This record gives sequence, structure tokens and C-alpha cells, in this order.
Amino acid sequence: MRTADQTLDEILDLAATHFKVPREKLTGDDDFFKTLGIDSLQALDLLTRLEHHFNVELPDYELQGVSDFRTLAGRIQARL
Amino acid sequence: MLNLDQYTCLGAALRDALDRWPNEICLIESDRDKEKTRLTYSDFKEMALPLARALEDAEFLPGNRVAIIMTNQSKWLVTAYAVFFCGGVLVPLDYKLTAAEHLQLLSHCKSQVLVVEYYLWRAITQSPDFKNLNALVLVTEAPPSAELAGAYRWEEFRRKGDPEFVPRRREDVACIVYSSGTGGRPKGCVLTHENYLEQCKSLTTLYRFWPGVRYLSILPTNHAIDFMVGFIGPFVCGACVVHLRTLRPEFVRDAFVRYKITYVSLVPLVLKNLERGLKAKFEALSSGRRFLLNQLIAVNKFLTGWRPDIHLSRLLLPQVHKAFGGGLLAMFTGGAFMEPSTLQFFYDLGIPVANGYGLTEAGTSITLNDLKPFRADTVGKPLPGVELRLLNPDPDGIGEVAVRSKTVMAHYLDDPELTAQTIVDGWLLTGDLGRFDGHGHLQLFGRKKNMIVTEGGKNIYPEDVETYFDSLPVKEYCIFAANYLWSAKNLGQEMLVLVTHLEQGQELTDTLKEEMVACNRHVPDFKRAGGFLVWERDFPRTASMKIKRTELAEEIRKILGRGAVVTL
Repeated sequence: MRTADQTLDEILDLAATHFKVPREKLTGDDDFFKTLGIDSLQALDLLTRLEHHFNVELPDYELQGVSDFRTLAGRIQARL
Repeated sequence: MLNLDQYTCLGAALRDALDRWPNEICLIESDRDKEKTRLTYSDFKEMALPLARALEDAEFLPGNRVAIIMTNQSKWLVTAYAVFFCGGVLVPLDYKLTAAEHLQLLSHCKSQVLVVEYYLWRAITQSPDFKNLNALVLVTEAPPSAELAGAYRWEEFRRKGDPEFVPRRREDVACIVYSSGTGGRPKGCVLTHENYLEQCKSLTTLYRFWPGVRYLSILPTNHAIDFMVGFIGPFVCGACVVHLRTLRPEFVRDAFVRYKITYVSLVPLVLKNLERGLKAKFEALSSGRRFLLNQLIAVNKFLTGWRPDIHLSRLLLPQVHKAFGGGLLAMFTGGAFMEPSTLQFFYDLGIPVANGYGLTEAGTSITLNDLKPFRADTVGKPLPGVELRLLNPDPDGIGEVAVRSKTVMAHYLDDPELTAQTIVDGWLLTGDLGRFDGHGHLQLFGRKKNMIVTEGGKNIYPEDVETYFDSLPVKEYCIFAANYLWSAKNLGQEMLVLVTHLEQGQELTDTLKEEMVACNRHVPDFKRAGGFLVWERDFPRTASMKIKRTELAEEIRKILGRGAVVTL
């Protein structure tokens, strides 16, 4: 079982790779819309990639009202 | 389609539609690649009437209000029909609002019943203001062991026996739709049965629906466009609505093909996403195939310049049309600024995008491109029955668009003052600036009002966002739409600007900037301020200390330009 920190790290790794952003520029408290320069549809795309990575189903509403990596990690952690 | 002139209310028209096409499919609901629901008009009726009967037994009265907070799905439409059957008034709320905002609007509209999806209900029950909610609550899709906090399960809230249909008059209220106002002054547009019946009649004159047509419902159903084109319009014509439980681009693209979609309404964000996807595919072609594709696009453009010919376009560009299911006749857009180049890109591929313009206060649409011929640079001509005029035109002929039509709302809920400012001598003042070209097409050039419309089609009023900055340690602050401060003759790239006035001796430090960023992050992403500026004078205020926004905007305009805005 992953710890919350591990989950967050893996999300940051995946986001950095997928959106081609230097990993060291991403922190848990970053606003992913802004740091990654993405819109809400691209954020949904990120959610799909996270589903594949963590092998868990994440409904669209898990992203509702969420804009930082740490909260997103918390939502995913709760479903692992 | 039904002859809507003979109906006085939506409930009666829908009731006849369910009886007229009992075996036609009216609803398909898909979750990712799995189909969850497929209903005929007869199935739909069987789902809705026991709910109507249960409402009746719960002493629901004609004119009572039912708020719906749900994503696009079959239970949304089933509930709406049951409400209309009982003579009720529907209050569709935006599911993307926060729980506190939902409670604020529920309190404002005084709804007797709330129908809500479980995940949204969970958030509402955790909000501090939840204790003030006084309504019969029906929750959909709650897990078996869920704590419902006094609510009933929608799936179990049904009674046997025939409910009694309650007819309404044309002038009776059908829906209350909030065009904005969660943080400031709620703007609940009170729309009558006549508004909807007339709107439906004129829209379906331009773009016909019939049994077999499939409409892909992506815009939220609480939005005026989807409510009309993704519910009322298809239903009174025996057509089918397809709902998706996820809006992930890959499943949206897949739905076009799987369900052979005929029409869809989109906001710029989604259309641009589709454009990006197609362009990436074109780029990936070998140079020879790309050359051939470009030649075929050029031929299609030449042959369809005057009017669309969907059959010819499908022959010339079969792969492109196959990617959209092969049955797509048109895509509708409106409600937000659309880049003409994006519209033209799709039209050149033989996929007409009918660009329109409207506002909730005027029903749904007031203008729409009729494709005779296609125009990427306008929002089309007024719909049948809609009169438009331009107030106080400048030397370039640009003035405020005013509209008179049977589709214009009755009034704002509980706000006669705002209603009087907005509907003057029967004309609805839109606050949008436009001009007619020589062919009667309306072109939009910006806004007179202090608001923006996002690429996702959301109306954002600065007053609604200001409360998020309450903790900012400055003397005073205010938010404006940038294009209101500095008029721009276009509707693209709109943004909100935070105007701050620091305390005497206070400096703009990195810490203060970080606090601005932190406050901004609490704002839902689509409502955030794009930049800030520092203003060095006291804000003009009324005797009751309200900011005189118009005066402040004038002062700022005189001294500062757009260059003063720092990105947030």
C-alpha cells in the first residue's frame, strides 16, 4: 500500500513527464492548471492517465473543485 | 414534430410526445464505453409517472419549485418531466458550483423540493449552511449504505397509480434559471412556458429534428442551450438524446462514432480541443497524404462555399467524417466567443458549425447562423420572431444590442429594480455591443457590462468572485472585467482584474503577491482573476459604503492602461 506522499510523488512524476514540465518545478501545493498550463479538458486527460497508473477508476467529479496536486492525491489515495 | 402552437405548456407537449413515439428511443446514457441506459419514449413515461404520483402524494402543488443539481443524465430529464406533469416550476442549478453556492441559490429560489446526485448531496450536507435547508430532498444513485441526512432515495420515491396532469397557461412560470449571482446579487431568470415553446418553435424551424436524429448532450443540462436543444427540442420531434457520464475527450470522440451523432452543441473549449486533435492527426500524415488531404479540403471549400453539401463533403473527406460518426449534420455553438478560424476550419472540412448568440434572459438564442451561406465572422441573423435593434450606435454603427421577443424572460426573481434596469419598454438590454452587416448578420464587438464569458461558456460577474479575496490584507479591493475597464472591440481573451488599494505606507511585497495568488486559488478555476493592478487612490463609495464601480472604472481608465495589469 502506497503512503500519501508516495501517491503525490507519483502524480507529480507522471504530470511532469506527460506535460513535459521539469519535475523539480512541481510541488504538491501547485495549482496544476497554472503550473502545467492546462485547461479543464486536459486536466480530465491527466485523470485518465492517473487511472491507468494507479489502476483505479476516478469519476470526473473527483476533479470538481480541485486544482492542486495534494488534494488530488488525497482523492486518489482514498480510492486505492 | 408536434405543432407547438396548440400547446400552452411544456408538460402537455412532452406528454403528447411520449404518446406519439412510444417505440422510438429517446434517451441513451453511456458511461465511458459501457451503455448504462437506453429508454424508449414509453419507458421514459413509465419512469416519470410514478415519480409524478409520489410528488402528488407528498402534497406538491402547482407552482411549487423543484431544484435539480445533477450532471447530464436520464434522471435529470425524467425528473423535469415529472415536475412539469405536476405543474411545478423547475430550477436547474449548475452542478459545478460549490455546496455553499448551491445552498445560497436554494435559499434564494425557495424550492420546496431538491433532486440531487449523491456526491453533490454529500458536499451540501457538510456545508455550514446545510442546517438552513428546508426542502424535500431526493438523492440519486446513493450507495446502499449511504447516510442520506434526511433525504429520500430518488429510485424509491415512486407511487403506483395514475397521477393527474396539471395544465399550465403560457404565461405561467416554467423555469427559474440563474444566469449568475452566487457571490453577489442572484439573477434568477423567470422563464415562462411561452418563452420555451416559442424558442423551441423557432430553433427547430432552422435546424430540424425527427425520429432517428441523435443529439449529443455535452453542455450541462442546466444551461439554457442544452435544456432546449438537448431536451425539449428533440423530445417534441421524437428524436434521441445521448448523455455521457464522463466528458473525457477520448470518450466524447468515441461517442460521435458509436452513436452516429447528428447534432451537438459545444463551447469553444471543446471545439478547440477537437480542432487540436484533428490537426495533430493531419500533421502525422505522410507528406504525400497530407498534400492530397489539403487538395480535397480545397475542393470541398470551393464547392460548398455558398451552401453546405454534407453528402458531397462526406464523399470528398470520408475519413474526417467517419471520425465524427458519419452522421453529423451540424455543431452548434454560442454563449461564448468563438474564434472565426476555428469555425472556418470545421466548415472547410464539411462540418458546419452554426454559431449563435443568446443569453438566458432571452430564453436561449436570439441569433443563429442559418448557413445560407456559412459565415465565420458573425453570430448569424435574428431567429424567427426575434426583433433586434442597436441602441446609441457610435459612428461605426456599433451599439448595445436590445432584443424584443416572446422568448424574453418575464423578470428576475424577486428583483424588480434589476428587472426594470434590464427590460425597458419591452426591450431586453443585453449589455453586449454589436453591429449589423449589410446582410442582416449580427457581429459582436465587446461588452458594455462588467462581466466575462469563459471559453467554457460560463458567465462570470466580478462581484461573484470578490468574496474569495476577503482575507487579503489591503485597504480595499475590487474586481473588474478587463474589457470593461478598457473597452476592446472583440470578445476574445476576456479576463478578470483584481484592483487593489494598499494601506498607507504598505508596499507590494512578494508575500502580498503570494497572498493574492493564494486567494485566487480558492476561486473555482474557471472564475479566477487573470491579473492584478495597484491603484493609489481611495475607491469612490456611496453613502452606504458600496463601491461606485462605474466611477472607479472611469478613474482607472483615465490614468492606467492594460499594461498596468500584472499577471496573477
